[in-house]
Amino acid sequence: MTEQERIQRQRTERTRDESDEVAVVNKKGEQLKAELDDLLDEIDVVLEENAEEFVRNYVQKGGE
Amino acid sequence: MAVSKILGIETEYGVAGGPDHDPTTASSIIVNAYAQQGRTRISWDFNDESPGTDARGVLGGSSLAPMIETHLANTVLTNGARLYVDHAHPEYSSPECRTPFEATLYDQAGEEVMRRALRVANESLPPELQITLYKNNSDGKGNSYGTHENYLVARDVEFADVVRAMVPHFVSRQVVVGAGKVGAETEVGHAANPDFQLSARAEFFEEVVGLETTLKRPIINTRDEPHSDASRFRRLHVICGDANMSPTATLVKLGSTALLLAVLEVEGVRDFPLAPARPVRALRDFSFDPSLRAVALDEDGRSRGAWDYQDELWHLARRHVDRHGAGAVASDEEVAMILRHWREMLDGVRDHPEDVADRVDWVAKLRIVEGFQSRYNLAARDAKLRAIDLQYHDVRRDKSLAARVGLRQIHSDEEIREAVAVAPRSTRAYFRGECVTRFPDDIVSANWDSIVFDVGHGPLQRIPMMDPTRGTYELTGELFAQNLTAVALVAALNG
Repeated sequence: MTEQERIQRQRTERTRDESDEVAVVNKKGEQLKAELDDLLDEIDVVLEENAEEFVRNYVQKGGE
Repeated sequence: MAVSKILGIETEYGVAGGPDHDPTTASSIIVNAYAQQGRTRISWDFNDESPGTDARGVLGGSSLAPMIETHLANTVLTNGARLYVDHAHPEYSSPECRTPFEATLYDQAGEEVMRRALRVANESLPPELQITLYKNNSDGKGNSYGTHENYLVARDVEFADVVRAMVPHFVSRQVVVGAGKVGAETEVGHAANPDFQLSARAEFFEEVVGLETTLKRPIINTRDEPHSDASRFRRLHVICGDANMSPTATLVKLGSTALLLAVLEVEGVRDFPLAPARPVRALRDFSFDPSLRAVALDEDGRSRGAWDYQDELWHLARRHVDRHGAGAVASDEEVAMILRHWREMLDGVRDHPEDVADRVDWVAKLRIVEGFQSRYNLAARDAKLRAIDLQYHDVRRDKSLAARVGLRQIHSDEEIREAVAVAPRSTRAYFRGECVTRFPDDIVSANWDSIVFDVGHGPLQRIPMMDPTRGTYELTGELFAQNLTAVALVAALNG
């Protein structure tokens, strides 16, 4: 392999690595978003219906 | 020489519902519900309590002792914990534990105790009076209640050095172990007007050092009530922490603090970073800025953010462990686990929060708050987002949001169930737990450092337990294995 070829090959590999990396990040990003969407769906089901009233009615005396 | 870092957490739970929406009544119903299950009928003994004693050596004349209402439910559990009504909250004080990992287990046992008590209480209440419990620290309207940690510290460490060494940690650890909060609820909080905070508790602190816990709350509490031999031990009572739902956060909160106390005991204060010149301001500013950009100046004019402080303190702890080990805190394996999580959570909150949403409460909470906000195009601090914040801490598994966000578990459900019933073997809590389990009819009362027996004839017999590192399975297991009667046990201990 000539020096020129070696450099060319390294460049190609690096480009491939980088595009792989971007693909992995995108895939991870999509997966995270899908997971979050599922989680938000689940929270939607269990979250107290009248948030305003739920929050307003929660009044504590200080403790400790 | 570092003393064994015996430790534990006391948690006041938020309580809603019940007759007349009276929190004290609801709290009593909860504690009685658990007691009436037949798990314990032994009451707490207040004889040795002196919460007004100040570690600085003077009795604070202006500080009132906490209101003690002996008619309220107040019991000792078979796992060595105390379950009672403190002011207007049900409180679970975990038994004394030997390591942060064990103390995390017994903190979760407390959640299970509350869940069971709640189930029993609600069975006897009509639908409109159902009670709910929250493991959190405030009501969003300026009322706060505590999650207090306790650590055994050598008496010969000067209290001023405890302050000097630990203030940097207490103002900055929220960056990894904060529970998160939507909005603000105090005057200073409203002035800063954050959409989201790292810590639920930070904005309630007004002093650096003091005896109070309910007014003018201090970052370092000086209550000097060691519940042990005061000539050898202090109990550092830490009141500035958040109630964590993430067990790993509880582990790191306890582990990092215990390790730094061990550094202080062995190496002194020399290598600790200088505290911010205005610690209360730093505590709040750090909390108000989840982007982690807020900085504070120390006396020398050096600027650090909460992250920088934690990074320095982590390296200090790590170097200490490399040089001296940390047998006073836990096994090598457990100490390595604590350091690893602490490091990963610290790097994670700065560089890739999504990777630590399974361990850092504020990151997990913020993720769902922001998710909801963008899904429904809500204004910051919308009631729905506040509802998410509150319900994150609901103790009922079918309602809890913390139970849904994928927090990493470090103990199995079976271990937690076991810890509800059985005391840790590693401290005097073992002796207390065994006595309460075996001799419920012969014990008049118990507290942290003694048990009072009524053996049927003659005066009541008080068994002192002034050293929290004794009374362990190793030291007393054989005695209990003999299946003695209470009379014989007391005779054997007195002999």
